[in-house]
Amino acid sequence: MSAKTMTANAITADEPVAFYDLDEHAHPEGHSTMLGFWIYLMSDCLIFAILFACYAVLGGSYAAGPAPKDLFDLKLIALNTTMLLFSSITYGFAVLQMQQGKVKGVQLWLGVTGLFGLAFLGIELYEFHHLIEIGAGPQRSAFLSSFFTLVGTHGLHVTFGIIWLVTLMVQLSKHGLIAANKRRVMCLSMFWHFLDVVWIGVFTFVYLMGVLR
Amino acid sequence: MSADPHAAHGHDEIEMPHASMRDYVIGFLLSAILTAIPFWLVMTMPLSAGTTGAVIMGFAVVQIVVHMIFFLHMTPKAEGGWSLTSLVFTVIVVGIMLAGSLWVMHHLNTNMMPMPHEPTSQTASQVL
Repeated sequence: MSAKTMTANAITADEPVAFYDLDEHAHPEGHSTMLGFWIYLMSDCLIFAILFACYAVLGGSYAAGPAPKDLFDLKLIALNTTMLLFSSITYGFAVLQMQQGKVKGVQLWLGVTGLFGLAFLGIELYEFHHLIEIGAGPQRSAFLSSFFTLVGTHGLHVTFGIIWLVTLMVQLSKHGLIAANKRRVMCLSMFWHFLDVVWIGVFTFVYLMGVLR
Repeated sequence: MSADPHAAHGHDEIEMPHASMRDYVIGFLLSAILTAIPFWLVMTMPLSAGTTGAVIMGFAVVQIVVHMIFFLHMTPKAEGGWSLTSLVFTVIVVGIMLAGSLWVMHHLNTNMMPMPHEPTSQTASQVL
C-alpha cells in the first residue's frame, strides 16, 4: 500500500487520491542520527554561550584579587591550543582512513588523537592546579569563578570526548567498520571539531583578551 | 562508501559528509595561521590594545568559519539544509543572549550607586 501511494501516478477512479503517507515507510537504521547529533551540539553551543556571557559580565570583577594579566601564561595556552589543533587534524586522518575502509588506520589515528587530547587536558589541569596553589582558585573572585566554570566545562567535554574515543576504539576492534561504527566515528568527529571551535572562543576571548584588558 | 548527496532520497544508504585530505590540510594550515597571528599580536603588542582586540576577534570569527567548512564539512546542502538552518537559529539565539546579557548588566552596573567596598548584593537591592 505504502509503495503504491508513493508513486500515485496511475490514479484510478475506485482508489482515493492520497496526498500524504498514511503508512510508515522504511528508513535505514540511524538515518537521522547525524542531524540529531548536530542539534545536540547546537544545544551544547547554548550552554557555552551562557558561560561566555557569564564570563563577559563577571570577568572584570577581581574583588581586589589577581587579574588575568597576573595569572595567564600565554606560552602555555599557545602550547595547549596547538595540542587541540593537532588533535583535530589527526581525527581528520582517522575519518579519511575510515573512508578507505582501513580499520587499523582508524584505530591508529584515533589513538594519536586521544594522546593529543590527553596532552591538552594535562596542560589544562597543570594550569588549574597552579592557579589554585597560588590562591587564585574559583572562590577567590567572580572573575575566577566564571573562568573556572567556562574553561572547566570545556575541559570536562574534552574528558568525555576521550572516554568516548576509547569506547569507540573498543567497538571498532570488536565489530570493525560496520555501519553503526562509521556513524559513531562521524558523530565523535563532529563532537571533537566542535570542541575545537569552542576553544577558539576560549583562547581568544578569555586568554588573549584577558591579557589585553 | 557512496557519498552521493542524492542517495538520501532513496532511503537506502545513510548520508555522510565526504571528507578529503585536501580539506583537512587546507583547514589545518588556515587554522594554524589564524591562531598564530593573534597570539603573536598579543605577545609582542605591535599595535595598540584596542586595535589588537578588534583584530583578534576578527581572526576568531574567521577561524570558526574555517573550522565549520573544512573540519565540520558544513555546506548549505548538508542534511537537506537542516544543519545550516539549526546553526543559523543557534547563532541568532546566542547573539541575542550575549548582546542582551552584556547590555542589561552594563546598565545595571552604570546605574549602581558608587559604594566602594560594599557587598554587591546590598547595592543591587537598593537600586532595584
